[in-house]
Amino acid sequence: MGLKEVNVTGPKVSFEIFGLKISETVILSWIVMALIIGIILFLTHNMSKTNPGKKQVVAEWIVTTFNKLVKDSMGERNIGYAPYMTTVFMFSIFGSLISLLGLRPLTGDFNATFSWALITFVMIQVAKIKNDGVLGYLKGFTEPIKLLTPLNIISEVAKPVSMSFRHFGNIASGIVITQLVYFALTSLSSAIGLDFPLFTIAIPSVLSIYFDLFCGFMQAFIFVMLTMAYVGSAYPEEN
Amino acid sequence: MEKAIVLAASAIGAGLAAIAGIGPGIGEGYAVGKACEAIGRQPECSGPVTRTMLVGCAIAESTGIYGLVIALLLMFANPFIGKL
Repeated sequence: MGLKEVNVTGPKVSFEIFGLKISETVILSWIVMALIIGIILFLTHNMSKTNPGKKQVVAEWIVTTFNKLVKDSMGERNIGYAPYMTTVFMFSIFGSLISLLGLRPLTGDFNATFSWALITFVMIQVAKIKNDGVLGYLKGFTEPIKLLTPLNIISEVAKPVSMSFRHFGNIASGIVITQLVYFALTSLSSAIGLDFPLFTIAIPSVLSIYFDLFCGFMQAFIFVMLTMAYVGSAYPEEN
Repeated sequence: MEKAIVLAASAIGAGLAAIAGIGPGIGEGYAVGKACEAIGRQPECSGPVTRTMLVGCAIAESTGIYGLVIALLLMFANPFIGKL
């Protein structure tokens, strides 16, 4: 009954195809993708212009909220990024929220967050090249003086690293702390002579509200906001 | 014996790495305090102020997260054990 030892592992490898290791995270992200596609298809089913139903109102609310957010923080010119931002936000938040079902949150795997951050990195570079041209982009690294070129390159590379570590660290620390609390409560129950881990009922759910709901939502929001801030500043509004 | 020393040192190192949490704690507290002041002065700006504060907090948090990542590495994916 309960946890006998603290056991924190990375995502387990479920099976291999041609030497390619398919881990828990990959399978869970397929499930999350299918879930999101299902929800979106459900919400946008039977749309009508004259007589919108409840589902359509929800779908329209999501779209207008994200359009407004992107317009506010990236400018009118970058409104085309709104669908991508919505997708990453949805993926991240559902990926964190599956931990409510007792599954391993896929954002607790560094590979998942780092791949999103790499997409952001490519987007920043593309936006910069679009704004300044190839030569202007390369010249941008030597500013304000040529001596700072290595530092500029490091700060550029550090962006995806810090973004992905932030998202991963918040969720993974939640996993570790929850495990530790479960273990502590089990030990406490057995220390006072209970065979059944009585204290593990309901007490850890308070932590779950913080780590799963609040952190999951917050980190998804922050990841998207940072992506928007970086890409928006790389491709600013024309004066 | 060597392994025990490495394990003990790693555990101490993981604990020390968690000290990195102090800096972001102070910084974020300061940022949130200032944001509260700003909202108190201009309640109509609460939306953009909150948004900016959250992003600023997230950036201030990075150093703490780096410490956490090092602690996690030392505890669960120790690179020094393999070098013995």
